[in-house]
Amino acid sequence: MSAEQERRAIRCLVAKVGLDGHDRGAHVITRALRDAGFEVVYSGLHRAPDEIVQAAVQEDVDVLGISILSGAHNTLVPKVIEGLKEYGAFEDTLIVVGGIIPDDDKAELKELGVAEIFGPGTPMEETIAFIREHAPERA
Amino acid sequence: MGLDDVIGADSPPSEVPEAIADLVDGVLAGEQRALARAITYIENRSPGHRALVSRLHEHAGSAAVIGITGAPGAGKSTLVDKLAATYRERGDTVGVVAVDPSSPYTGGAVLGDRIRMGSNVGDMEVFFRSMSARGRLGGLSTATADTVTALDAFGKDVVIIETVGAGQNEVDIVRTAHTVAVLVQPGSGDDVQTLKAGILEIGDVFVVNKADTDGVERTVAELEEMVHRRQGTTVGLNAGHHGPGALDANAHGGDGGGTVDGGGTVDGGGTVDGADGGGTVDGADGGGTDDEAGSDAEGDSTAEPPSWTPEVCRTVGTTGEGVEELIGTFDAHETYLRDSGVLAERTKRRYAEEIRTLVRGDIGAIADDEIDRRGGIDALAERVRRRETDPYTVASAVVEPIARCVQERTDPTRERSDGTDADGA
Repeated sequence: MSAEQERRAIRCLVAKVGLDGHDRGAHVITRALRDAGFEVVYSGLHRAPDEIVQAAVQEDVDVLGISILSGAHNTLVPKVIEGLKEYGAFEDTLIVVGGIIPDDDKAELKELGVAEIFGPGTPMEETIAFIREHAPERA
Repeated sequence: MGLDDVIGADSPPSEVPEAIADLVDGVLAGEQRALARAITYIENRSPGHRALVSRLHEHAGSAAVIGITGAPGAGKSTLVDKLAATYRERGDTVGVVAVDPSSPYTGGAVLGDRIRMGSNVGDMEVFFRSMSARGRLGGLSTATADTVTALDAFGKDVVIIETVGAGQNEVDIVRTAHTVAVLVQPGSGDDVQTLKAGILEIGDVFVVNKADTDGVERTVAELEEMVHRRQGTTVGLNAGHHGPGALDANAHGGDGGGTVDGGGTVDGGGTVDGADGGGTVDGADGGGTDDEAGSDAEGDSTAEPPSWTPEVCRTVGTTGEGVEELIGTFDAHETYLRDSGVLAERTKRRYAEEIRTLVRGDIGAIADDEIDRRGGIDALAERVRRRETDPYTVASAVVEPIARCVQERTDPTRERSDGTDADGA
């Protein structure tokens, strides 16, 4: 390792939370993050906030990406964040949200601790670059 | 890893950095976050992971470690989910390490095993951790073994390792388990053929999953035939309770001793199982322990140490059918391992291997530093290519100063013990 210092892979959890069944976007993102060299845990569909918290804590991910297209972000995202705080995982987890989020709600989510919100049409490179830049330093 | 990692701050585990000490305390106190972070240290081989693992080591050793392997799509993750749920029902806590392959090009990975963990939703007593294979130095099997240590020290009653059964790396991983279950799909006659060469040899239990589909009987029969052929001369003794169609062959697993063969098992190192193609010698590894159990099995059977005949079980991962029986078989195998002393022997051998791997790795790191001091591997290789020197000379030159150091340290003792060295230490 002395010559080629092993670059630590960034670990992400791509999470689908709530009753929203649209996972095409999450799949595309998962794939793109993998191709960017990240390790991506995909939650699968219809997860409860508790499950997302459990996965984020146990997998010790650097980045939690929540995909929501159902409009329930104002209820679900705060629950996830609460859960992360409960396990002391909030501070060093980068939380990003993707999906359909009205502008009015964006400020509120950011207030809660969401680092960035990526709407439809965001170039993949932009998301990846953001994660690279902001992923917290880990062990 | 450089010289500093080997002899630097990490080296004496007595001087544990505060962050690591906190982490150890957290893990032992049962904090999820601490365990998760500890595994991250272990996975990344971060500075301090050695101290971490060496502190956790003394607290581990009580968990039953189950390895689950098999071809992609055999239903490993789904079965692991059901296993975890069933263990939980009887009050056991469960840790799962699921290893997925990573891309050799980007290093990226999609870790998808977690999707199947639907039966343990929100149950924090099940700690599930996905791990990427990462072509990392130091070996994935070491990282996995250390992760098992962490889960064990955390207090998990059962630790399940799940991995795709392809390649030596994965076989090594699964070998860190006490009990190895190999999953086989029904109707995969060809698969069984391809598996024979390697992975079927490491199975303590064979699981025909998706047992509600066509071809179950045939696959079970094939596996049983294979298992008994492996048993060599004991067909007469053992065939009875494994006969084709003996659906409840695994039902007696629950009573602990039920699967113990009376004796007379000759599974010596010399048993060449010709049918397995490639002239596989049974007993090269796991079989080696059977050696001790079975080598003098010719005599009267009563006083024999017990031996283990691999079981063939059936499960339906999606419904959980057969999972309780499977756990019964796991229990029986664990009991056998502990009672017969095979576990102690195997564990000892595994640690011996681990020590060697670590020592080789550390010395390799020292050698890497020496190579760098001599202009780097590329420059050396280029000189060899131009026929200015040869690989042997370069290797000797690199190793020489290291060897000299070791010699200088051992020389005085050697002088002293020369007289008694012949049969002494």
